[in-house]
Amino acid sequence: MAGQSCSQLSLFTPDEVEFMAEDELVEIVPNLRMDSLNFICGDYGPFYPQIAIQVPLWLALALKKRGKCTIRPPQWMSIDNLTQVLEGERESHAFQSLPFHYVEISRLLFDHARDDIPEIYMVRSLVEDIRDVRFHKVETNLENFTASAVTWKNMAAMEVNIIRAFSGRALQAFYRHENEQLIPDLDRTQDRQPQNLNDRPRRNLRPR
Amino acid sequence: MDSGTGEGSTSFTDDYETFISTTDVDLLKRAWRNEKAAPEILQYEAALRSSLQEQNVEASEADGEDPLTMSLYQMDLDRTQFLLRSYLRVRLQKIEKYIFHILKTDESLNRLSDEEQTFAASCGDDLRAHLKETVLSKLPTDYNSELKQSAASEEDDMVPAPRLDSFVICKARQYISGLDFEPEYSHEITEMERDLLTFVCYKFIKKPLENGKIDLV
Repeated sequence: MAGQSCSQLSLFTPDEVEFMAEDELVEIVPNLRMDSLNFICGDYGPFYPQIAIQVPLWLALALKKRGKCTIRPPQWMSIDNLTQVLEGERESHAFQSLPFHYVEISRLLFDHARDDIPEIYMVRSLVEDIRDVRFHKVETNLENFTASAVTWKNMAAMEVNIIRAFSGRALQAFYRHENEQLIPDLDRTQDRQPQNLNDRPRRNLRPR
Repeated sequence: MDSGTGEGSTSFTDDYETFISTTDVDLLKRAWRNEKAAPEILQYEAALRSSLQEQNVEASEADGEDPLTMSLYQMDLDRTQFLLRSYLRVRLQKIEKYIFHILKTDESLNRLSDEEQTFAASCGDDLRAHLKETVLSKLPTDYNSELKQSAASEEDDMVPAPRLDSFVICKARQYISGLDFEPEYSHEITEMERDLLTFVCYKFIKKPLENGKIDLV
């Protein structure tokens, strides 16, 4: 049978979310000379020593591991910006604007590019505080679900992934309960036991 | 942008810049994400697959340069291959999960590629034979169909169908007005702004998803 043991097809593992984050562009300063790289996913280069260039994160990390470049932390990861964001998060109910993959990008840079980030301990603690405050907001907002479409501005990929399964099932349950009141299920035969299979097709739903 | 009747990228794209700057890998990533998040199987991206296969072949034939460049090319190739393989694997999983439903609905059957259709047919046959041999042949005649619970059922109620009312998370790539949704859902959802994360019932956004206006996250 087809591989992956995950029975819930629609869930992304954190590694897969990180995989998607690795395509984001970052700036690096190479210390070698290299011709253009013509990848399937795009063309990058040519690389000149001490000339900054934008490359995808996975490429930056690969070069960094081999000692061929230094990575410049992105603008949003400066201490000033992060302090501002943290204050904004604490003050308002809405989410502050951060890159969609900020969790993954910051994690990867902390792990592999420690020496390229000035005052890394401060930056790291700020990012963790921001994550905590935002997730706390997510949890509080979960109490306000209704059956209709829920919208959220500025939520990040990792946060979405964490609540995806739970909120999907919760919203589905809300929707089903709300609709059952309006549309009676006319086709229950008397001798059928009420079955709880998730996949059982619904019968004769009249469009509203 | 390119889900449709299998003709690849269409010519009437809204945003010209995204059209020329989107690589095949971006399109594949988007297709992979949509496929993973959607409860039912989506249209097969045949053009994407064939162009990626050509590029794969070219990349693996790249002549020997220095080890660093070779390893970087290999990494890029690995990433693309992972996306492609995972995309195909998710589709196969969905086929296996809803095998009878796909076989009997023409609409779903048309979304499969030729190889997938062969696979689905043979998988259905195997499953049917297995069920007959182990269970169904020992049940009374009225109850031994793998599609119906009993001869008295009006439709095929032993066939699990994908749950189209499951909720998915999506982002609109452009502003979507009420006209883009199916009319029967128009009082449920009237519009969607660009780049706003929305949790919504899958069947409401099915149509804009097929037209490429929405991305599942």
